[in-house]
Amino acid sequence: MSRRVVFRFRLYVADDALNSARAVINLTALCREHLPGRHEIEIVDVFRHPERALADGIFLTPTLVRLSPSPVRKIVGSLSQTSAVLEALGLEKREP
Amino acid sequence: MTPTGKNAARSSPARSPAKAATGIPGLDEITRGGLPRGSTTLLGGGPGSGKTIFGLQFLVHGARACREPGIFVAFEESSKRTLANAEAFGWNLPELQRRKALSFIDARPSGDLVRSGDFDFGGLLAALQARIGETKAQRIVFDALDILLALLPDTAARKREVYKLHEWLAERELTGLINVKTDGTEAPTLNEQPYGFMQFMVDCAVILNQNIVRGVSQRSLRVQKYRGSGFDEDEAPFLIGDRGLEVAMARTAGRAGARVSAERISSGIDRLDTMLGGGYFRGASVLITGSPGTAKTTLSGAFAEAACRRGERTLFVSFDSNCAEVVRNLASVGIRLQRWVKNGSLRLVSARTITGSAEGYVMRVRTLAKEHRARCLVLDPVSAWSNSGGDLTAPGVADRLIDWAKADGVTLVCTSLLDEIPGRAPGGARLQVSTLADTWIHLSYVVQAGERNRGLSIIKSRGTAHSNQVRELVLSDEGVTLADTSSAGGEVLMGTMRWEKERAERFAKESAEATGALKRVQLDAEEAEIEVRLKSLQVERAAKQVEKALLVRATESREGELLRGRSRMREMRGADAANPERK
Repeated sequence: MSRRVVFRFRLYVADDALNSARAVINLTALCREHLPGRHEIEIVDVFRHPERALADGIFLTPTLVRLSPSPVRKIVGSLSQTSAVLEALGLEKREP
Repeated sequence: MTPTGKNAARSSPARSPAKAATGIPGLDEITRGGLPRGSTTLLGGGPGSGKTIFGLQFLVHGARACREPGIFVAFEESSKRTLANAEAFGWNLPELQRRKALSFIDARPSGDLVRSGDFDFGGLLAALQARIGETKAQRIVFDALDILLALLPDTAARKREVYKLHEWLAERELTGLINVKTDGTEAPTLNEQPYGFMQFMVDCAVILNQNIVRGVSQRSLRVQKYRGSGFDEDEAPFLIGDRGLEVAMARTAGRAGARVSAERISSGIDRLDTMLGGGYFRGASVLITGSPGTAKTTLSGAFAEAACRRGERTLFVSFDSNCAEVVRNLASVGIRLQRWVKNGSLRLVSARTITGSAEGYVMRVRTLAKEHRARCLVLDPVSAWSNSGGDLTAPGVADRLIDWAKADGVTLVCTSLLDEIPGRAPGGARLQVSTLADTWIHLSYVVQAGERNRGLSIIKSRGTAHSNQVRELVLSDEGVTLADTSSAGGEVLMGTMRWEKERAERFAKESAEATGALKRVQLDAEEAEIEVRLKSLQVERAAKQVEKALLVRATESREGELLRGRSRMREMRGADAANPERK
């Protein structure tokens, strides 16, 4: 896949939970560094939109969902272990 | 870290009573009403111990009987599979689902889940909140929460999440049931388990155990804690039956409702009724013990036939023969059950096919008896249970069987194999029927002079003056009778020896009679002889009297002659007639 591919993320957070806040920060930083200009982030607060949690089957928060490129991937947690996140998102090899 | 704070949308008023009935027979008695309402209960148990069924049953009862909708959160099985598995219990879950009285949340974590850093159950609580908004659920079951907890990095995180979940439920006054798997079956308490910490948070903790005793599954349930409520602390056996879980009733509950009857009903054998002072008591438990072949089945068959004759519906459960064999074998001793089977008053059940624990037997028998509306019940032999029962359950089983029979006014006759004379730790004692039974009849073989004969004795019969004699049980194709035994020199004689003794006595009597008759004849003869002699003497006497009279008369006439002659001579001599004295 080319570098032009846009990564679309959805991050489910839980209200003002610390780990959720961290996940937002970590994801933003990661995108800025690895996917500048080709990422979209949607943040869903499951306590504001509980029906989303139910419909999407989100039981652990924070949960990051990579909607595209396919396949859909899910990562739970505050995204603090960067290398694991990059590997899971298929971004690791792209940065020497 | 307070995902609950902003959206505590729902709050229901505290309800009275403070307990949420589970609908699990027996458990609501043990917990005095059910699980703590508006609080959380922890349910622990090994794999396959019945946690999921417990949870579903709790929700089904809430939805159907308490108008409390429920949510089943599945972490391990898909809700589809759970539904399929529950179909067998006839709960009609799809109907409950359609009217939103029961709903499922599939919360199985995906296998390829990547974890990176800290996370919590916020999403779960949000999803629940959404669902509760739709269905107004009041009961929530978390099935296999341990699956989700295992994703958390350490015990501290697990504690934190369980605590939050507990608080979240409590704030909303939801009645929660958290099922966790405990590893294996050995740990007797939850604190030795990885999720032991949970029991300190929750208000109620229940453990399900499953043990295999001699190859037979024994399930038991124990309430380990219940804040602010009394409960039965003992382990109670339970069964997963046709309608879900069924916990064996605590003993006190059964005894309380027992009716006591003074009515006597026939044992089917007249002489035995006499020995018992009129028969068994209605609603009594009768135990018939004896070695193989001592006619235990025959005796219980006689009782069943007598019951049918009285028009009482009867259930006969045979644990060692099939029904046709029972009918045939009993017909050979004049007990004809076939017509009662035909007219429906007698139901014969062969329980050889029933496998499982002793507890399972009792529950099955109870169900059968209720279906048949039986007033009399025969279990032949009840000792079959002790083979399949564990040390834990078998005594309690006998208790519950008898308690139940008493409470329902069912007259119970059970036979039990007893290898040896009573008192020597008999097989029946393992089931403890012998101490609980009201009447205990023991059948034994008496070996004498190369013969085995059946002896019957009444070991005990509560509330009844009963014969203390051993009787001989005689089986013939005309029926069952009891014969008086003969005692000779302190020994009870039976069989041929009894017959010989009786014959000897008969001979002695006959000869004594003959002797008497002879003597009578002799005396008659003597008497007749004396009579004859008496007669001849009388005749003789009469003759003598005649002779004497003749003699007298002769003498008188001679004297008269002389007198007359003398006067004549005087006349002739011309003597003086005035001078007769001078002669």
